Amino acid sequence: MKIGVVTFPGSLDDVDAARAVRIAGGEPVALWHGDHDLRGVDAVVLPGGFSYGDYLRCGAIARFAPVMTEVVEAAQRGMPVLGICNGFQILCESHLLPGALIRNDHRKFGCLDQPLRIENNTTAWTSSYDQGAEITIVLKNGEGSYVADAETLDRLEGEGRVVARYLGNPNGSQRDIAGVTNERGNVVGLMPHPEHAVEDLCGPGTDGLGFFTSVLGAAVG
Amino acid sequence: MARVVVDVMPKPEILDPQGKAVHGALPRLGFTGISDVRQGKRFELEIDGEVTEERLADVRRMAETLLSNPVIEDFAVHVEGSDSTAGSGKHKA
Repeated sequence: MKIGVVTFPGSLDDVDAARAVRIAGGEPVALWHGDHDLRGVDAVVLPGGFSYGDYLRCGAIARFAPVMTEVVEAAQRGMPVLGICNGFQILCESHLLPGALIRNDHRKFGCLDQPLRIENNTTAWTSSYDQGAEITIVLKNGEGSYVADAETLDRLEGEGRVVARYLGNPNGSQRDIAGVTNERGNVVGLMPHPEHAVEDLCGPGTDGLGFFTSVLGAAVG
Repeated sequence: MARVVVDVMPKPEILDPQGKAVHGALPRLGFTGISDVRQGKRFELEIDGEVTEERLADVRRMAETLLSNPVIEDFAVHVEGSDSTAGSGKHKA
């Protein structure tokens, strides 16, 4: 299975994401922000970093990069898309996911091993996990506080679209939300970084690998 | 040529950590009596030719699409030198 990893100007974690795909057993394909081309991939990862220097708002300019036209269309057809950190911000700016990510309530950049609970293991990116599984992966961001209006939050919770919650809220995210999915479950946004937790050698373990093994079994629409 | 200004502010119900940081710094500098600070963004657009209703409608679309994120921000458009607001994007929470 070919999994595209998009590189924007200012992406940082594209190489780690491609490595995680490879370790999970997939074939990573490098995608370029400036191309209107998904190169025949079956799924897409929007990696972390500071696309366009986080100018204007995080993800606001990347959202209009040429490749995003194709990513948005493919996502709407059912292609699995995972946005990690800055990628999550881009998915929110693209309106593929509801809500927004604002500056951490404590105003500091956080970098830590973060425990999470998997709240929905039926998405394209979480099916390898047990429902309610507690995992620890890396969290590193300055603008990771998830916000949406109360009605949207109620709807997300009611429809089981909260994918993961923080165990111990690190950034002021409403209702401890670390990740959400769209109605169809093919698009997932996650603030912490599973791609940094795929090998025992470095990072807090291999708890993040499940995101990448999950998609290998996901049907492509 | 005319200047059209778009002011973008975080919605009142959205936490504004930058504004809070500024608010926290003021008393340390001896400035008192400020009960709150909110920090936003100001965009100055230099418009070629006349500012028509059509151009202002364009600016409002720019403000909704790129300059602001309606999920967390409100915007207001005005023509510099004119007192009236030429449109805003207040969205209910």
